[in-house]
Amino acid sequence: MAGSPATRVGKVTNVNRLGDLERAIMDVLWGTPQSLTVREVSAQLTERDLAHTTVMTVLDRLAKKGFARRERDGRAWRYRPAATREAYVTELMLTALDQTGDRSAALARFAKSVSGAEASALRGALDEIEGDGGG
Amino acid sequence: MTGPADAALLAAVAIGCVRGSALLGAARWPRRSPGAAILLWQALGLGGGLAAVGALIEIGLPAGSSSVADGVGQVARMSSHGDLFPAGQPVLLVLLRLASLVLGLALLGQLCWVLLASAITVVRARRRQRELLALLGRGDPKAPGALVVDYPTAAAYCLPGLRSKIVVSVGALDLLRPAELAAVLAHERAHLRERHDLVVLPFTALRRAFGWSRVCAEAHQSVALLIEMLADDRALRARSARALAGALARFGTAGCGGAGSAPDGALAVSGAAHEGEMTARVTRIMTPNPPPPVAVRVAICCAATLIVVVPVALLVLPN
Repeated sequence: MAGSPATRVGKVTNVNRLGDLERAIMDVLWGTPQSLTVREVSAQLTERDLAHTTVMTVLDRLAKKGFARRERDGRAWRYRPAATREAYVTELMLTALDQTGDRSAALARFAKSVSGAEASALRGALDEIEGDGGG
Repeated sequence: MTGPADAALLAAVAIGCVRGSALLGAARWPRRSPGAAILLWQALGLGGGLAAVGALIEIGLPAGSSSVADGVGQVARMSSHGDLFPAGQPVLLVLLRLASLVLGLALLGQLCWVLLASAITVVRARRRQRELLALLGRGDPKAPGALVVDYPTAAAYCLPGLRSKIVVSVGALDLLRPAELAAVLAHERAHLRERHDLVVLPFTALRRAFGWSRVCAEAHQSVALLIEMLADDRALRARSARALAGALARFGTAGCGGAGSAPDGALAVSGAAHEGEMTARVTRIMTPNPPPPVAVRVAICCAATLIVVVPVALLVLPN
């Protein structure tokens, strides 16, 4: 049930950020093989104590952003993820690893991976660094 | 000063900037003083661009125009009256002049456009990254202040902007020791704090616009490496050389079956690394050279200022 006012406040601040909520709801969608209604999604977020309309709003936002797809089922909408979590992780990291072409200016990578002569030079340097005082 | 003399001076500045870029690209001292070298690259890019556009426009202006604006206005009036070819002037000369003017304006337009287009690409790519990270990134006590993504290949990068983020893959957490990870985070924080992305952006745009030009490619590559060296230097203020160099060496060899090899070898196929960049960074961290004397750095700043001020003065001051 709703719990004491104090825990309620705590929960509200927990989900205060819409981003957190979007991600919690995506986690529910990713974790279920079939598509879900708003009520079913809410039911899986019991510990968050959310209003039905809040969940509906967030699902709607996710659909607008293209992360969730929805289809009519009688009088309700059913939602499912547009792509798997792994597909999104791959997209994110391939951009970061600069395999997608011209987006390199968008972010700054710490280091590149090398091969051949430079890789062996780096391995040599690493041995030296590690040998130097241990650690 | 007359128009042709201005045009000749501007052309000389433009050619000087191209030659200077080639020299700077081949020089060794930038590694000892990346900040000063970046300033010089920026001056060469801005001054060279202004001078090239300015020279073409100055050549194209009618004789006796008192300023660039006045000359362009004259040509516009002449063309609207339909008398671009005044009596008594050789048609070929007038044609060449007009071609130069059009070329200069087109070059200016292209430079502005590629800068804008690059900025738009970058903003879009970052927005997408932010959206994805909101769903996929998580906090981890091992990497304070960074978002961790479940991905087996080692990766660490930052997403600059008003709501900047540092992102580390699980592969990188597995690869690095705690001190090395801290050095990586310090390096990325330096990028974000000093907005190094804004330094690289114009050079990315130039390279995109003039992909055939070796000078543009070299300028971009040099500046990209110099901001990494600058961020390395900042990280070294708080972190040890061994930690930072160790992190670099581990990252560099992660994709090719070295220590902590990446499961899917994704880094190995990226293959974008310029020969020697990673070793150059490791070497200068482990065996640092003293920066050039203050006098030299002051001279570099003065040179950078002159390279920009001269073409601006030639274009803005009345003839």
